[in-house]
Amino acid sequence: MNDLLSLVHSLVNGGMDMAVEMGAPDLILAGIFYALAGVAVLSAVGVVLCRNVVHSALLLTASFIGTGCLYIYLDADFMGAVQFLVYGGAVAILIVMALMLTRRDDMDHSNPSRGLFHQVGAAVVAGGFLLTMGLAALLSPFREAPASPGDSAAGLADLMLTKYVLPFEVAAILLLIAMIGAIILAKGADEA
Amino acid sequence: MFDFALTHAWLIPLLPALAFLIIGLGTRRDKDASAKIAITFSGLSFLLALGVLGAVITRPIVMADPFVMKTLWAKVGDIELSMGVLVDPLTAMMLFVVTTVALLVQIYSVGYMAHDPGAGRFFAFLSLFAASMLGLVLSVNFMQMYAFWELVGLCSYLLIGFYYYKDSAREAAKKAFITTRIGDFGMLLGILLVQLTFGTMDFVELKTLLPTYIWETGGGILTIIALLLFIGPIGKSGQFPLHVWLPDAMEGPTPVSALIHAATMVVAGVYLVGRAYFLFSALPVVLEVIAWVGGFTAFFAATIAVTQRPFKRILAYSTISQLGYMMLALGVGSLTASMFHLMTHAFFKALLFLCAGAVIEAMHEEADIFKMGGLRERMPVTFRCMAIGVLAIAGVPPLAGFFSKDAILAAAAEVSLPLYLLATATAFLTAFYMARLLFVAFFGEVKPDCPAQETNAWMRWPLVILAALSVVSGAWGHFAGFGEWIFYGPVGEEHIDWLIAGTSVALTAVAFYLAYEIYVMKRWSAYEISRRLGVLYRLSYNKYYVDEFYTVIRNTFVDKLGAVLYWFDLHVVDGVVNGLARFTGGLSGVLGLAENGQVQRYVAVFYCGVIALTAYSLLIAAMLLAVVGGAF
Amino acid sequence: MMDPFSLTFMDVFRFATHIGLAHFLLLAAVLFAIGLFGLLTRRGLIPALMCVELMLNAVNLNLVAFNRYLPMPDLSGQLMALFSIAVGAAEVAVGVALAFRVYRDRATVNLDDLDHLKG
Repeated sequence: MNDLLSLVHSLVNGGMDMAVEMGAPDLILAGIFYALAGVAVLSAVGVVLCRNVVHSALLLTASFIGTGCLYIYLDADFMGAVQFLVYGGAVAILIVMALMLTRRDDMDHSNPSRGLFHQVGAAVVAGGFLLTMGLAALLSPFREAPASPGDSAAGLADLMLTKYVLPFEVAAILLLIAMIGAIILAKGADEA
Repeated sequence: MFDFALTHAWLIPLLPALAFLIIGLGTRRDKDASAKIAITFSGLSFLLALGVLGAVITRPIVMADPFVMKTLWAKVGDIELSMGVLVDPLTAMMLFVVTTVALLVQIYSVGYMAHDPGAGRFFAFLSLFAASMLGLVLSVNFMQMYAFWELVGLCSYLLIGFYYYKDSAREAAKKAFITTRIGDFGMLLGILLVQLTFGTMDFVELKTLLPTYIWETGGGILTIIALLLFIGPIGKSGQFPLHVWLPDAMEGPTPVSALIHAATMVVAGVYLVGRAYFLFSALPVVLEVIAWVGGFTAFFAATIAVTQRPFKRILAYSTISQLGYMMLALGVGSLTASMFHLMTHAFFKALLFLCAGAVIEAMHEEADIFKMGGLRERMPVTFRCMAIGVLAIAGVPPLAGFFSKDAILAAAAEVSLPLYLLATATAFLTAFYMARLLFVAFFGEVKPDCPAQETNAWMRWPLVILAALSVVSGAWGHFAGFGEWIFYGPVGEEHIDWLIAGTSVALTAVAFYLAYEIYVMKRWSAYEISRRLGVLYRLSYNKYYVDEFYTVIRNTFVDKLGAVLYWFDLHVVDGVVNGLARFTGGLSGVLGLAENGQVQRYVAVFYCGVIALTAYSLLIAAMLLAVVGGAF
Repeated sequence: MMDPFSLTFMDVFRFATHIGLAHFLLLAAVLFAIGLFGLLTRRGLIPALMCVELMLNAVNLNLVAFNRYLPMPDLSGQLMALFSIAVGAAEVAVGVALAFRVYRDRATVNLDDLDHLKG
């Protein structure tokens, strides 16, 4: 038994060394990135093009999840968690609720798009934007820093309560106001 | 005493002006007070005028060396405008005539306007007119004369249109003003050219500058100036072709016709030519034009007068004719004859008009002479005065008209045989139509429902006084040496050419006889004669269709021009404006596409901006990088 | 700057396999563009809101990526993204409430019909 284990051990080590030599970790990381990116992008496309609005909402959730995973890939694990919770858990639900409450007719064709003119125009604008930003992204010479995964939650907490305490407080107030405002808007000023 | 009047000659126009202000601002509603004020101030002016006359005679002041008093009124750039008084024998004569007739007419108006609620206004306007005319007569330069010229035109308009509630009166007033305006325009051009050519408009200065100018430069531009200046008198003094306003001016009250359209305003044109005679007499071409215009006008108007029916209209054409005589005299070179006739005509024409007023009022506004008849029984005093006036205008010796008309005929005969013949023919016609007027209205049977009675005292006495003046003024003028007093050039000998005088008297007698036979004895039917003369009669009766011709010209020219300009205004001017509006509308429509209320449109526009900004920054960054190089 | 025409396949492969900031920025740009296209094309109010969320998402991704790949002393990028998420959530809440109101008052959530800002 020991011999078998050590054989496997050395094989794996040797394999891993070989993989590292060939640059396999990078490839794997790249592959993971592309997979996650693909999820995010394809579900975003689906959000935009889907006929059925409920399908759009669900695909939106999928996009959010993909983005959350990308945050984890970027060593921002706390951010990833927050993304899942807030976006996937709250925003998506809110949107589905809104959809349910503002529709009357048949759901299958409840997400129409505007005419061809508008689509072409939108494509032009979006395409232009993509082109510009893409060029900016590709051609800018960045100096990259090495990865340093730390405890992001602790780091964020540190930051939030020392350097950025004012924005933190303001954000809290903002959320309160938004809540009250949403209630008033939804119920009507007299009733709320 | 005379010197006082002379040095205070400026009061003569000022007093009636004050009367105008006082009546206009104060006593307009009170007829009696207005009349009293007007007559008082006119009376004072009259006394001052007599004083001036005395001064001129006793000093004496002669034509060559007038008395001038002037002050600088305004200076515009290089141009100095003065106002003042210029007194020479001509002025003195005019002052006397104007103040006398104005005073008598105002006295007459007390009776005539007794029942008219607007009498206060009437006296105010009459006073203003008197002031304007007197100011015109006393003018020292062309500008002052033009200013008063316009003022008398205004007064004429106000007084012709006195019965403003009548359409015909309003139209006549407008016609008078516009027609004379045409004349005034030409005259103004002339005055401006005078200022440009000589640098001054002062009569005395011009008189001295003129001979040198002619010697150096010759007559070319001067002829144009003189002709332009003459256009004013053509309008104001009713010469052909601007005579059309005078007959219509009879719409005004009769005292107005007597004062303005017989004795004073209409002679302003003649006076202008007389005052500037040094200019006109130096230009033979202009003199010839003036003479022929005058002669033609005289004959033309006389031919119309023989067929007219309304009392005052006959007198109006007679006035035009006599004014033609005055112009003719000026044109043949005799300032004396023209001014002499001006004076005598003022008296007997005013007389005739005031008689007309009396008759028309007595006939309860009926003016057609063929509806009158036998008035000499009903209105004896008026008849006698009227008869004197008719004899005077016909030139029967020894009344005034004989001497003055003879002077004109003699002057014409000396210069041009055709003009003499024209003048003589006119004299014949004048005698005929005046006799016709007298016989038809005053002789014959009194019509059954004729309401006429003799007029009241206010209206009678001026008639009598004017009749007396009509009798004596001619003889006095002749024997007292009018020719030595008012003259230009060589002093004319004051003799009567018995051949000419005899011929004209004979013709007058023939004309009276003819008129008597036709209209009193009814030996030959007037109707038959008018039918035989057919076309001629119709032409005469319809005033040679001059008014209709003018209307046609006005319609085609003015209306067509108006139509063209209207098209232009509608399509070009409005087109531009509307086009601008449409352009703005279109532009706003285009720009509004960015504001259609749809949020997505706004977002799209927003992001176009973002892309543009980003691209721009990229470009800058790229350029910077190319310069700086390397990573940062 | 390299001129793009002299790139070889190996260069592209190497670029593609070494994930760096550019990849994330590009990804975020793509997501944003898709969201923008959707925002401009959708007719319903809620779908438009969904596309806005997509765009927000892309921005947050950008922030976090910058934080990871640029030399930064602390986690400011992630903090900004955190606040962005918070504000975004608030915005969705209010937006949905508004959508309710609009739907109740005007019986439509069709953006083409909601053109009261016209002019």
